[in-house]
Amino acid sequence: MLPDKHGRFNGFGGKFVPETLMVALDELEKAYKKALKDAKFRQELKILLADYAGRPTPLYFAKNLSKQTGARIYLKREDLLHTGAHKINNTLGQVLLAVKMGKTRIIAETGAGQHGVATATAAAAFGLPCDVYMGTEDIRRQSLNVFKMKLLGARVIPVTSGSKTLKDATNEAIRDWVTNVRMTHYVLGSVVGPHPYPAMVRDFQTVIGKETKKQVLKREKKLPDFLVACVGGGSNSIGLFHPFFKTNVKFIGVEAGGLGLSTGKHGAALCKGTPGVLHGSRSYLLQDKDGQIKIAHSISAGLDYPGVGPEHSYYKEIKRAQYVTVNDKEGLEGFHMLSEIEGIIPALESSHAIYYAVKKLAPKAGKNKIIAVCLSGRGDKDIDIVKANQ
Amino acid sequence: MNRIDKKFKDLRKKRKKAFIAFIMAGDPSLGVTKKLIFELENNGADIIELGIPFSDPLADGPTIQRSSGRAVKNKANIDSVSDLVKDVRSRTGVPIVYLIYYNLIHHYGVEKFVRKASSSGVDGVVVPDLPPEESLSLRRAAEKHSFCVIHLAAPTSSEARLKKISAASSGFIYYVSLTGTTGIRTDLPKELFGNLARIKKLTNKPVCVGFGISKPEQVRMVSRAADGAIVGSAIIKKIEENLGKKDLVKKVGKFVGGLTCTQ
Repeated sequence: MLPDKHGRFNGFGGKFVPETLMVALDELEKAYKKALKDAKFRQELKILLADYAGRPTPLYFAKNLSKQTGARIYLKREDLLHTGAHKINNTLGQVLLAVKMGKTRIIAETGAGQHGVATATAAAAFGLPCDVYMGTEDIRRQSLNVFKMKLLGARVIPVTSGSKTLKDATNEAIRDWVTNVRMTHYVLGSVVGPHPYPAMVRDFQTVIGKETKKQVLKREKKLPDFLVACVGGGSNSIGLFHPFFKTNVKFIGVEAGGLGLSTGKHGAALCKGTPGVLHGSRSYLLQDKDGQIKIAHSISAGLDYPGVGPEHSYYKEIKRAQYVTVNDKEGLEGFHMLSEIEGIIPALESSHAIYYAVKKLAPKAGKNKIIAVCLSGRGDKDIDIVKANQ
Repeated sequence: MNRIDKKFKDLRKKRKKAFIAFIMAGDPSLGVTKKLIFELENNGADIIELGIPFSDPLADGPTIQRSSGRAVKNKANIDSVSDLVKDVRSRTGVPIVYLIYYNLIHHYGVEKFVRKASSSGVDGVVVPDLPPEESLSLRRAAEKHSFCVIHLAAPTSSEARLKKISAASSGFIYYVSLTGTTGIRTDLPKELFGNLARIKKLTNKPVCVGFGISKPEQVRMVSRAADGAIVGSAIIKKIEENLGKKDLVKKVGKFVGGLTCTQ
């Protein structure tokens, strides 16, 4: 199974980091591998996910959307988790691991603020101090989550460099980690970064796909035809896809089309980028002719990132998954559609996946095709943006 | 023998230590960078470390981040900076190494980068986000052109890693004085000298120390225990303070002269 021992997914991934961090990554990899085999660790995490986070999450048959489209559309309700998104699956796992490793401080980067809130929550539950780096542009867009993190006892450190969004918050978190590496654990929020993060975050998120598989089989007596999820860094999508890797189920990853692919203002690393090295791993990314990283754009802060996890680059190259885009306007339409038709207010990130599944895929897929969409988060945090765009 | 190895051989003969000055190409402009190279050499710099700016310099503190930002805007890239080096090469023999983040090399093409740099008279490269595990293709390309690949060693590096770093490095080893990013520090960490003794035992390649060094007494202390001292942010800060002023080059030269004379 990939990654290989160098942390590579067929040439993607790796460990492109300052030497100072190499020992910390080795230590993390060893601790993580040990934890995976440790029945006690697995049991502890299982109880946390069940009693604290609210797993398993339901798989909801979206009857109104299904009736409209003729497909059988299921929503994996990660939005019902504690803190409102799938991010908590990973942060509980990583913070528990940090405690086992004897680390006394937690740091994280955040874009939309969902990962920041989920990290602050896990840190509070384990009594560890937590600093979250967040771009000032995202602080502006996601003020509710900033307030939540503060309520949870975390410090939110504003980042003013570069695009003032997730990319720069990640740079700043890495700089903090380089400085305080001995006692600090860096809780990376997506399947990006140097090895072992892409593999570790994936493994903590595959609970999404494993549950979905069981739930669909129970309802339909067969596997779904399609899985659809949004892709920023790509953690909810890998979490959904990975357990189905060896099946014939088709994977569709939905990237941020932003203001349109032709405008250059988007977050479509897989659809429009080229391979490069950012934040510790080799993967597709948005860069200019010199290799300078381009500023991404999306109405959804969680998709506003110029890179993507290396495993997605691998899925793209071997054509295991198809990657498509949904622009800002369509994403908003998905938001309103799910709210009005199913009575569920989705996160703007997830709205991209919803739009694609309902508007693009279902009409073409054929009658009664089973489509499972990851509803990765709920939309409370996006209300202000949606209001402003009305 | 390439210029870096020759430089360390000469310095050893004279019982002297290397002073390595870092500047960012294109900050404030490529024209001024050219003048600065001569000025730094005239003020005692033994090796010039020339930065090629990157949009996301994650090993750097605020001073070099700002410098990178200015230089990116001035279109400093592998081609334009290599042309600059080619131009100064006819007039100076000072060893020049690039400081560059890996994505720029990856995007340009590893082989093509080494060919371009070495044919322009650049002697080696430091890549802050490229540990020995990931540098094999760069080293293979570099060998053919006797181009040095200088790896970084850190206070957190284990003995096994220090050996790996030493084996992979040519020219010299860049020892990072502290856990952290580049930038001026009031004091150098106490454990630095113990750490240097540890790495010196494991390698016979020159070990030069960078990160946090900004004052003459720090240069002097480091030069006693290592084969050279590297100063970056303090020089960049001098450049920043004199942006837009006519005597920027002279001021920077004078500052560097003050650092090197005590060595």
